[in-house]
Amino acid sequence: MSDILKFHFDVDGSDFSSAGEASVLVKKKLRQLGYPADIIRKVSIAMYEGEINMVIHAGGGSADVEVHEKEIVIILTDEGPGIPDISLAMQEGYSTARDNIRVLGFGAGMGLPNMKKYTDYMDVKSEVGKGTTVTMKVFL
Amino acid sequence: MSTEFNNQPKKEYKHSVSLDSNKCKGCTTCLKRCPTEAIRIRNGRAVINSSLCIDCGECIKVCKYKAKKATHDDLSVLNNFKYTVALPAPSLYGQFDNLDNIGYVIKGLLDLGFDDVFEVACAAELVSAYTRLYIKRTNIKKPVISSACPVISRLISMNYPFLCENIMPILPPVDIAAYLAREKVREKHPELDEKDIGIIFISPCPAKVSYIKNNFAGDRNYIDATISVRDVYFALLDVMKKHQGEDPPDLTETGMIGLGWASTGGESSAIFNDRYLAADGIENCIHVLDRIDNSDITSVDFVELNACHGGCVGGAMTVANPYIAQARLQALKRYLPVSPNRPASEWIPNEFFNEDPIEYSSGDRLSDDKLTAMKMMSRIEEIYENLPQIDCGCCGAPTCMAFAEDIVKKETTPEECSVIMRKLFHKYLENGNDTSVFSELWDFGKKKNKDNTEE
Repeated sequence: MSDILKFHFDVDGSDFSSAGEASVLVKKKLRQLGYPADIIRKVSIAMYEGEINMVIHAGGGSADVEVHEKEIVIILTDEGPGIPDISLAMQEGYSTARDNIRVLGFGAGMGLPNMKKYTDYMDVKSEVGKGTTVTMKVFL
Repeated sequence: MSTEFNNQPKKEYKHSVSLDSNKCKGCTTCLKRCPTEAIRIRNGRAVINSSLCIDCGECIKVCKYKAKKATHDDLSVLNNFKYTVALPAPSLYGQFDNLDNIGYVIKGLLDLGFDDVFEVACAAELVSAYTRLYIKRTNIKKPVISSACPVISRLISMNYPFLCENIMPILPPVDIAAYLAREKVREKHPELDEKDIGIIFISPCPAKVSYIKNNFAGDRNYIDATISVRDVYFALLDVMKKHQGEDPPDLTETGMIGLGWASTGGESSAIFNDRYLAADGIENCIHVLDRIDNSDITSVDFVELNACHGGCVGGAMTVANPYIAQARLQALKRYLPVSPNRPASEWIPNEFFNEDPIEYSSGDRLSDDKLTAMKMMSRIEEIYENLPQIDCGCCGAPTCMAFAEDIVKKETTPEECSVIMRKLFHKYLENGNDTSVFSELWDFGKKKNKDNTEE
């Protein structure tokens, strides 16, 4: 199969209530394409966590999903503050979210760890002051 | 249970929401309100896609022209049986103004010709007791999602493959009421033939009618007919008048918990544990399910979701406003015991489990062939990019995305888009009635856009 299918979503950083919308849309697309439940779930959770992260920390960003023959690639890009210590950020429970975000039930320090847990490949590239790009793959 | 795709040809689903096409004006009201995008306007009339319809009844509630209706049996169905038992849903009691004792309603049902009455609220109290036992189990998927609202169960089976196992496998109150009612008749009247007994549910919503018609409870479907709360309410008004001023008949056996099931929060509060979430309104339910699906709601053991605002009192086959009905039920609860119906055992009897657990079956797959589906999806995206994206509904689809999908599925054509057609028509006039401007409708949106300077 030569064609790859691409979806692009802008993640609005100003509104918490809309975080997760792209994940719901992708879920529907993958269902329409006929992917099995476990694949849909992996992609959906990884995207959802990523969207929340971009809203909490980076003032939004964009999510690109590519459906290839053997994998689904999710690329999350933001122009936020960047992550100074990626290995620290990958630890479960580590969070820099402010209290006003924690009271909403977010910022438990499970975002990045969950993204890694639910995908088969994850790469985080980040530059302080410039932004972060997370690339994740779910193998089909 | 497998959450893989079910590739078996689907059993045809029998719906209870139907359309009177003489009354339908082809407006976009129901189109825009359908939560699963199951409605299209074709040739000026609404059409329901039965593989996507979840029988929630939203379209019935919003139709200005009363063109959508719920199909159910009427009271004459009583004549089909020698012995009939009414199973009134607790929401029935909330329909009456100034009712101070449920006994009058039960008496009225007997006056209407039923031989006996078994209150669904009584069975609901048993289900509450079983739910308390069930959620204590350690080998189950949490949060447990209530099985009471059939709209939610069907929605999960279509869109939330991963949550199918979260649905409580215990039968909803109506099935348990039917089972117990039938047992009672068998005991009291062993001379009766099975087919002579009519167990008749008085339902607040079309979803329950579908649930029963489609044998969702498997072989454990003990209900023979379903009539609407609305029909029974109007029939009861006449017969109940006759008993005005009489002492209330001592006929009800339900308590506060049983009545509570008619409105949102009633079922949840009966688990006697604050780790629950209760939501109503189909859009709220979808939002909550999306969050549970992302493992984002872990602090609750039990989730009660009611497709109708207010809960079952908000069903499309009721008469009263759901919140007024709820206030009346609150008043009725005042002098009732908490929960007079208790299970005989500390374990959940096998016959109260659903034999056919809910399984995933997607209704919106583009094609069974992955490659074809991919090609279709890529064409959908291409077309969508070139649509106005204002979701006006004039084309007969609820959104521009749904319209793009319909074009690719060959269910409609691009010229149905009024916005595009108007633009092309202006172009046609400007270009001296040159009909070639319409040619872009062929291969609509295909890549030529790259060097196209148009907006």
